[in-house]
Amino acid sequence: MSYPFGFMDEYAKKEVRRGILKAIAIPGYQVPYSSREMPMGRGFGTGGLQLTLAAIGPNDTLKVIDQGSDDSVNAVNLRSFIEMTCPGIDTTASTEEADIIQSRHRIPEKPLSEDQLLVLQVPYPDALVVVEASEEKRKQMHSEADYSRLLVKLYEDIVKFGEITLSHRYPTRINGHYVIDPSPIPRWDVPRLHRAANLTLLGAGREKKIYAVPPYTAAEPLEFDDIPFRVEDFRDEHGHRRRCQRCSTDDSFLDEFINEEGDTVYQCSDSDYCNTRLLSASAIKERCLG
Amino acid sequence: MDKVLSVTGLGKCYGKGCPLCITATGPEHDTNLCPYCGTVVAAHDVSFDLHEGEILGIIGESGSGKSTAVKCLYFDDAPDSGEAVFHDGEQSHALFDLNAAQQRRLRNHRFSMVYQNPNLGLNFGISAGGNIAERLLMSDMLDYARIRKRVKELLSRTEVLPSRMDELPKNFSGGMQQRVQIAKALSTNPPLLFLDEVTTGLDLSVQAAILDLILEIQQELSTSMIVVTHDLGVIRSLTNRTLVMKYGRIIEAGLTDQVLEDPQHAYTQRLVASAL
Repeated sequence: MSYPFGFMDEYAKKEVRRGILKAIAIPGYQVPYSSREMPMGRGFGTGGLQLTLAAIGPNDTLKVIDQGSDDSVNAVNLRSFIEMTCPGIDTTASTEEADIIQSRHRIPEKPLSEDQLLVLQVPYPDALVVVEASEEKRKQMHSEADYSRLLVKLYEDIVKFGEITLSHRYPTRINGHYVIDPSPIPRWDVPRLHRAANLTLLGAGREKKIYAVPPYTAAEPLEFDDIPFRVEDFRDEHGHRRRCQRCSTDDSFLDEFINEEGDTVYQCSDSDYCNTRLLSASAIKERCLG
Repeated sequence: MDKVLSVTGLGKCYGKGCPLCITATGPEHDTNLCPYCGTVVAAHDVSFDLHEGEILGIIGESGSGKSTAVKCLYFDDAPDSGEAVFHDGEQSHALFDLNAAQQRRLRNHRFSMVYQNPNLGLNFGISAGGNIAERLLMSDMLDYARIRKRVKELLSRTEVLPSRMDELPKNFSGGMQQRVQIAKALSTNPPLLFLDEVTTGLDLSVQAAILDLILEIQQELSTSMIVVTHDLGVIRSLTNRTLVMKYGRIIEAGLTDQVLEDPQHAYTQRLVASAL
């Protein structure tokens, strides 16, 4: 038996698209949808996958990344599934060439354009879940923009540790009202949602929610007036910004790991960004030498 | 003196209700349980006014409807009948005509409640300071240093060591927990404060200290208060006026001295006589 283009039947896609439209119309609002069964476990990016399948057409170019890398297991599997079920689409590793970018836990370093769509996979859509267990009450709190208890959590963090310790899933206020869980992107990526030119769609398959950050929409992390939000600090003990050991850039989000010699090294988390930098560096070198 | 709150004909029943509920219950029938349909008439025709800076006491035995009345006014429960108008400076709010969001707004910004059980008023999972900060954050105070300063002020005002502000309330004694609850309730300077059996379960010296504190605060901030209690001592030391409730009805109302010195209703007489 053959599956329709995009695996889901047209009614399922229509429902997801309606959800998307509503999510765009009410920035940051979590639109419930039915979230179909996908041929993979919930929690493996089925929310993002359904958004991509509902949005993609035969002439689109797709990029799938997992924590910045095109070659991670989750990204590879999702990509081959979409290639299999959407004949005619192109896939790419290049951020620039992609029409649709489905991503797990990162936003590409290179700013996206108005023509591009970013789809983020979301495990926990509701930022309030850490302070309120009842969904009914959470919905009420969202509708009244009552986020004081989230702020109390930040307050307690500052009291205990002297700073806000959230490393990812930083609660972010969209368009001055709804606070979203921007999926487990690092803090580094939160300011890059703010007034971005592209549309960002967030899909939670297990929790059955879709929400959106439309183009050029305000996305502000929750903060205190006198203790502003800050992104990860990549300076070493001497105060120098660490560089990627591979492409030597000093303006990207870095992953820390231990190499075969047992030394701690840093490398771009966005592999396409790193490769692009490396290529242009080698091109310059060649030109200089040649 | 300006009125802060006027309540007329407040009523609340639990059960399906029948036309005979009201006539078949009350102090003269010695029950609040309707013999025909089994409905509990928790409160009926409760009317009173509260003036600025006044402390009004509501006394009565368990199940007399005193807590029900206050719960309705604090929007913890919805009444079946009656009206309540809250006069807030220039504005007047008909409490039971407001929608849920407006009610929560009043509750968070203009009213406060101190519960008998600190478990209800405080979140034991966060620090004492965090509990107070929550109410400040609700009223859009978003400056960390200012919040800390205000929390310290409030805690020293309620005689909790500010150095313990970052401890969890579960490490505190019952009296201290109650003081934190009062500090939290006062954080937004509410014009109307409900106190539900605040001293029940505390030892006598702590009770006296808490009552002193409440009186001092009332004189400082001229907050209007409604004090619900079954303890005549609390009524005597705190309140200007008293309502006596039994089986959901107000059976006697007047100046506290008058009610205690010259009780009219048989129940009140018994109550006063039984006080040690």
